[in-house]
Amino acid sequence: MEQRLEGILNNYLQNEGNVISILQDIENEFGYLPEDAISWISDRLDVPPARFYGIATFYSQFHLKPRGKHCITACTGTACHVKGSEWLISSLTSELHLLPDEDTTEDRKFTVEKVNCLGACSIAPVVVIDKEVYGKMSSDRLMKLVKKLEKKESEKEKA
Amino acid sequence: MSTSSVEIKVCLGTSGNAAGGEEVLRLFRHYVFDRAVEARIGTRCEFRKVGCRGFCSKDVLVDVIINGSKTTYQSVKPIMVERIVDDHIVGGGPIPEWMAGDEYTSFHSKQYKIILGPCGEIDPENIDDYIRMNGYRAARKAVTKMTPDGVIDVVTQSGLRGRGGSGFSTGEKWRICRGQKNDTRYIIGNVGEVNRALAEGNPHAIIEGLLIGGYAIGAQKGYLYIRERYHLSVERLRTALDQARDKGFIGKDIFGSGFDFNIEFSFGTESFICGEETALMESIEGKRAMPRYRPPFPAEKGLWGMPTVINNAETFSNIPLIIGMGADWFSSIGTAESKGTKVFTLSGKVKNNGLVEIPMGMPLREIVYSIGGGIAGNRKLKAVQVGGPSGGIIPESMIDMGLDYESLRKVGSIVGSGGMVVFDDEDCIVSVTKFFVEFLQRESCGECTPCRIGTKRMLELLIKITDGTGEIEDLDTLNRLSGIMTASSLCGLGRTASNPFITSFNHFRDEYLAHIRDKKCPAGVCPALVVFMVVPEKCKGCGLCRKACPAGAVTGEIKKAHDINQELCIKCGACYKVCKLKAIKKQ
Repeated sequence: MEQRLEGILNNYLQNEGNVISILQDIENEFGYLPEDAISWISDRLDVPPARFYGIATFYSQFHLKPRGKHCITACTGTACHVKGSEWLISSLTSELHLLPDEDTTEDRKFTVEKVNCLGACSIAPVVVIDKEVYGKMSSDRLMKLVKKLEKKESEKEKA
Repeated sequence: MSTSSVEIKVCLGTSGNAAGGEEVLRLFRHYVFDRAVEARIGTRCEFRKVGCRGFCSKDVLVDVIINGSKTTYQSVKPIMVERIVDDHIVGGGPIPEWMAGDEYTSFHSKQYKIILGPCGEIDPENIDDYIRMNGYRAARKAVTKMTPDGVIDVVTQSGLRGRGGSGFSTGEKWRICRGQKNDTRYIIGNVGEVNRALAEGNPHAIIEGLLIGGYAIGAQKGYLYIRERYHLSVERLRTALDQARDKGFIGKDIFGSGFDFNIEFSFGTESFICGEETALMESIEGKRAMPRYRPPFPAEKGLWGMPTVINNAETFSNIPLIIGMGADWFSSIGTAESKGTKVFTLSGKVKNNGLVEIPMGMPLREIVYSIGGGIAGNRKLKAVQVGGPSGGIIPESMIDMGLDYESLRKVGSIVGSGGMVVFDDEDCIVSVTKFFVEFLQRESCGECTPCRIGTKRMLELLIKITDGTGEIEDLDTLNRLSGIMTASSLCGLGRTASNPFITSFNHFRDEYLAHIRDKKCPAGVCPALVVFMVVPEKCKGCGLCRKACPAGAVTGEIKKAHDINQELCIKCGACYKVCKLKAIKKQ
């Protein structure tokens, strides 16, 4: 971990980066913001950890807990809402057995998240699965896609 | 255009990609090569990936242009490509049943595309395409033949106003910034949701606009502020910026004039408040996006304490056109106070969803019925919400109003982000308002009390009303809260957060009263106030609703009338949606 953080720190010092960009780099590197990473960076830069957490908890793009391997993002912008995005999310959470305050499955295979607006309103409702954008999503089609991923994951486990 | 040419344009914006556009383009290349099409027809085929042309609900859109005559195909699937190549490109006979029909024509005929025009025509990843359309000519003219003040004069005369927020005169903003004594100045282009298509379809126009703006205010550095999540926009802008640098349009001694200007990316975050100028600057500086007090205004004291101009990408896209074609040309479009065009994302219950560009002042009716093709499923139009979450809700009775800054302000709405959502009689206005307030409450940065607490209390009251426990006094409280928030919030988010409530309450008072007094949701949306029931006379017992019900609340034998167990029913409406016989009623 230290080696990876060293790289991020160097990049930060060279490019006159700021706290947000360093957190973005850590998030990109580890998929979330590990507590150890923040303590390490905070020690090295002599910046109190509170400053990092203050920013990390302000912006929804940062995560303090590990995320699932597959990320399913449902757009909940107005256009998607009107076309039933809530319904998609509730079918997702029930399919993946997520509790109301959970966003990641216990086995860390899936994370379900909401996003404000992806700006693709004309193909609402929009769901992004692992960076791939799907438009005009229906609950049936979404379940099929999720089941396919689940199957792929369980096959991998067997192998 | 040469006398013999074949050009194939495939729409590859976010939506085109989502519909399988990459594969469609790959197959066109494949078949043309595989069948030696170029040799057989004796001409070269050019393939072009183009940006979004707005009509995303019919993606993938493909233009086949043979000797200048264009045929547009809609909803092209990979499987259809082979026949288009064989029958049309080789055989010379277009395939009528796949061609874009009346909807496509009516969607486009009322629009006036000055900035979206090139999207869908040029390859956004090829700077030469842009240059061929007079790209960077305006920048050259500004930098080599005009003084900065001359540029500002033209922009001011054109009447261009900021396309993002309050509609402040762009030229004025630039002049204030230029008038500051500091040597260091910054210019920022904010690429928001609605600007996505511009960034994906014609990124060079944004860069050229930023460059001209930088020259006019005397900035050395510009920022493109964009959400990291908009992968395709980021990619296309990055490519465009690299190409512009290679050509010497960005960098040192631009056009040999001695003017140096550089552009950098600043990756924004998922945050609505970043649409507020000062919050955006805080975010670029690496802090929490919390708005600053003003004055001083950003044009006086902005990023890193230096004079800064922030405009959004749509505003910047207009700049090369204004410099190139003149202030008079631009101000001939639109109304007396609102010049030019505006891009809206038309969505919701209209037939044709998409990105539309209209001259300012066009009546809302024309957008909904001519461009949007009317309400889907032949239902009744109820209201249109304009301006994003903090915009106002405009009822059906007022849809003859024109869309411009002044008219929208008069009805309690804003141009805002250019969002436009159409609601039909199946949408509950109270629930919709709750949705907007919920969003604004979540996005409130928490800095000032009226907005932080006001949005929260407002949401609680709206939840109470939709849950069926609302009281008449709650409406007074909501009105009082709205007044306080509008008058005393620090920034635009708080000041406009009550727009959805105020406008919806003014126009749909009866609906609020029905929720509170009669404990009924007239549109049948609010779960606590609606009951789903089977109409036994109409039910043929097909079992569709039984299969659709996620809670197992529907029971019944095949070919016999079904029944809904009210204790198990979660009021999701799935049965209502699947029933083809209208045998399920909402009450």
